[in-house]
Amino acid sequence: MRLLASIAVKHLLARKRQSLVSLLGIILGVAFFLTISSLMQGSEKDFIRRLIDNMPHIFVTDTYRNPSLQPVERLYNGNGAIEVRSVKPVTETRGIRGYEQIVDYLRSLPGVEASPVLAGQGVLSFAGKNTAVSLDGMIPEDIQGVVTIQDYMVSGSISDLIANPNGIVLGEEMIRTFSLDRGDNITVTAPTGQVRTFKILGVFRTGRSDYDLNHGFVSLKRMQALMDRPHRANTIIVKLPDPYRASAIAADLEGRIGYKSISWQESSEDLMSTLAIRNIIMYSVVSAVLIVAAFGIYNVISTVVMEKHRDIAILKSMGFLARDIQRIFVIQGLILGIVGSLLGLPLGSALMYALMQVELKPPGSAQTIVMPLDWGWLQFAIASGFALSAALMAAFLPARKGARVQPVNILRGGV
Amino acid sequence: MSEIVIRTEHLTRRLSGEVPVTLVEDAGLEIRRGEFVVITGPSGSGKSSLLYLLGLLDTPTRGTLWMNGENVSAYSEDKLAELRLSELGFVFQFHFLLPEFSALENVMLPMKRLGRMSDEQIRTRAASLLRELGLEEQQHKRPHQLSGGQSQRVAIARALANDPLLILADEPTGNLDSASSENVENILKELAHRHHRAVAVVTHETRFASAADRVIKIVDGRIQG
Repeated sequence: MRLLASIAVKHLLARKRQSLVSLLGIILGVAFFLTISSLMQGSEKDFIRRLIDNMPHIFVTDTYRNPSLQPVERLYNGNGAIEVRSVKPVTETRGIRGYEQIVDYLRSLPGVEASPVLAGQGVLSFAGKNTAVSLDGMIPEDIQGVVTIQDYMVSGSISDLIANPNGIVLGEEMIRTFSLDRGDNITVTAPTGQVRTFKILGVFRTGRSDYDLNHGFVSLKRMQALMDRPHRANTIIVKLPDPYRASAIAADLEGRIGYKSISWQESSEDLMSTLAIRNIIMYSVVSAVLIVAAFGIYNVISTVVMEKHRDIAILKSMGFLARDIQRIFVIQGLILGIVGSLLGLPLGSALMYALMQVELKPPGSAQTIVMPLDWGWLQFAIASGFALSAALMAAFLPARKGARVQPVNILRGGV
Repeated sequence: MSEIVIRTEHLTRRLSGEVPVTLVEDAGLEIRRGEFVVITGPSGSGKSSLLYLLGLLDTPTRGTLWMNGENVSAYSEDKLAELRLSELGFVFQFHFLLPEFSALENVMLPMKRLGRMSDEQIRTRAASLLRELGLEEQQHKRPHQLSGGQSQRVAIARALANDPLLILADEPTGNLDSASSENVENILKELAHRHHRAVAVVTHETRFASAADRVIKIVDGRIQG
């Protein structure tokens, strides 16, 4: 193999300018492939990280994926002689039954945190003004382990609800719209007709204006009383040590407790498929750069094969095998691919580093953001792997043609 | 009587096509160790085609070919290539040296491919072959820096690299001046007579025929006499 490699190197060095041009194509191809791929992967990872951080990993809801069978259906399984129509399920208080036990079970799993929530709607009234508000009744000690609301507090704390169970935490937009202040009392009327007065103990700002205008947090016990649903929660929020296991754990949990358990992957399915499509488009575009570069290699090796018919004939007459000849030209492609990758990866890294220095300020945002780039080894491996494959494929066809040269035909011609 | 290096029986080569062409017809011959054989004939008579068949570069349409007593007619491409590498040496009208390699590297190539010696031994043998052929000063020169006669002597050194049984030369002096031609002719003759190798030379030149142990004349693809 060393001998074949030395012949391959000599062939490439004999055509320095052509080899250099095709090498440059591979270098630029690898560099752009790496930069764009790591930018796209980085932004995807950043997006998913924000998604995972800002939303619970699993929601356990108070509904069932498949409605439960009525007793008559369970008994006769549709084979009865009499059909009973318009059967109404028994009216019962909505919510997850025995949520405390489910939460205890979830907490018994290593690293898992869970918090029950009773979510509902109410009408907030202050100084003669009313507005609809979504309220989350929760246990302040538990909720902080599963959602990031504490990070968005601009005044007060969720923990203040422990000391004062009649307190409420509202969004900054709501506070501004109603000209409220921390410490003010507001009234909330529930659909059940229950009316409660809450003292504003904290204010949050998430940056999502809808959420900051319409959302509030109260203690679970007060919410249960307000909604007239004692000992009920309608959601259990779960945070996992490994968010990527959410789908499996949600399915297992649903099998155990029956309540619909939705993983973050399931609830973001449309976003995930959009990301997958975006990746396909991105890899197609970036691959095109390397495919063009591969044509450069094809061109160089085809030319070498054509020019070297006489040398191929003499090598074969000497006793070189057809596969030796093929290897000589495949090695040439491999050399261009390897050297192109070795030089393209540092160039790509430099481009990535340069991009990282760019700071952008999105309109309406006070924060500056930097380009999210993925420096993972996989990006480097994909870029160099693709370049090598493209170079090998580009070299293979002319190499095969070279291996098929019949020495007699060339020797007869004497050229 | 010396051992037979190569023997053929009814060796025939036809090119198929709309008008089939017979290059060699029913050729039967044998060449022995130490024999200097010259194959002559008019242009297009099939001399080179016969040489390519003897050199296992072309496959006969019919007939049998024995090398060293072994029937090689049904050998695979790979086995034939192995035989070419270890038992045969070629010298062509055009030297066909690889232009990117020096004279020394060109001679080293077949030995490296055979892989029976260390790099150092290969280098020493290649240098010694070039020295024997009077090319000591030229061993690091590339083919374009050599004269026609020098290039042809490098090609002979390369043909001798793996110490072959049979050396086949196709118009080896066809492109050389008379002094170089004589030099090449003497080398080939010496290889047969002093080094006991079988040498078969295809040539137009009458001088070769007069120096040969045996002359094989070929007309219209058939061996005469």
